[in-house]
Amino acid sequence: MSSFPRDQWYVAAYGREVGRELFSRTICGESILLWRTLAGEVTATSDRCVHRRFPLAEPPSRLVGDQVVCGYHGFTYGADGACIAVPGQTRVPRTARLRRYPVVERDSFVWVWIGDPDRAEHTPVPRAPWLDQPGYTVVSGMEPLAAGYRLLVDNLLDLSHETYLHGGYIGTPEVAETPITTEVDEQAGVIYVSRRMADAECPPFYARSTGLTGRVSRWQDIEYTPPCLYLLHARIAPVGALPNADGSDPGAYHAEVVYAITPETERSTHDFWAVARDFALDDQAVSDFLAEQNRTVVLQDVVALNVLQRVLDTEPAGYQELSINIDTGGLAARRMLARLVARTAQTRTTPAAAG
Amino acid sequence: MAPDGPRAGRTLLRIDWQPGSDRLEGTCHCGAVHLADGPAEMWDWLLGHSASHLPVRNGVIT
Repeated sequence: MSSFPRDQWYVAAYGREVGRELFSRTICGESILLWRTLAGEVTATSDRCVHRRFPLAEPPSRLVGDQVVCGYHGFTYGADGACIAVPGQTRVPRTARLRRYPVVERDSFVWVWIGDPDRAEHTPVPRAPWLDQPGYTVVSGMEPLAAGYRLLVDNLLDLSHETYLHGGYIGTPEVAETPITTEVDEQAGVIYVSRRMADAECPPFYARSTGLTGRVSRWQDIEYTPPCLYLLHARIAPVGALPNADGSDPGAYHAEVVYAITPETERSTHDFWAVARDFALDDQAVSDFLAEQNRTVVLQDVVALNVLQRVLDTEPAGYQELSINIDTGGLAARRMLARLVARTAQTRTTPAAAG
Repeated sequence: MAPDGPRAGRTLLRIDWQPGSDRLEGTCHCGAVHLADGPAEMWDWLLGHSASHLPVRNGVIT
């Protein structure tokens, strides 16, 4: 059985990746063709010609106006996926249509719906507004991960690993030493993990970007909406500085660290990352520094998780793990993901729902 | 914010790692409290306990 929750929104790309060139990305094992119409709308369909399955993002397939022409035999499709021309005959088979995916461009991401299209409009797209909002400056990227998406979820829900894997960047001793609070909103489908360090070493990632030196108050508030969107609300402030009663927080520096965890296959993941900050907004040197630092941190995770996946693939079925307090949020995520996958299986075996 | 007090919500489950201790304190949305030495045991209790009074239909909280 697939490990992917279906009937879910997944980030397929940044909006900047999708233009007037045919572009393909595999999401949950489905190869999806993305391109932008002359009017600027993103369209998402299957990336396989209905005729002989030739990939439509592959040259010599090409985009002509708002039509995709297959490079193998010339089957031609409109933006809605309908085939409008085939070679050598006037009759276009009625079933000649590319599967169309619901798509939404929001918060700099292109989200696609994997599952029953009729369910898409009733499911809100998760939000990361800071990525496209005045008052924030953003650096972002995407790294391919040769590991299943659940290993990345484990990694991001337990930030104590920063102390060991990311020392010299974002890790300090206090991260692993500080207890966490975990909350699960069963109805909303959100997991919160909070770690508040009142008096901690300031790691280089924040020291060089904020200018703060010495000890700091450092908060890490995770908000994970399975399966795809992970938010880390990070707050750095001088020791003792707290937000005002009205919620304003002028004495602190805030970074909204966003990950979109998009499965590619059972053993590979698109690791989208972004850092939106509310300080040094016009300082390109800070942007360059944070982009380089965060990419380095992500690549440290990628190397570790790639190794972990290779090792786990050699383990006998039913291998044992040991979970401790730091894993409280990760276990919550595993259970919620398992429920979403089980619901997928139930939906797909229910004739009435299969439609 | 989470450590300052529970969020509002009729389906919220909370686990506090007791400062200065290795123990976990779990709180169901109904107010029931349970202590445990590890997260797996705690989630077993919280999810099992809360399932008894959540409006569930076809495996989905409604």
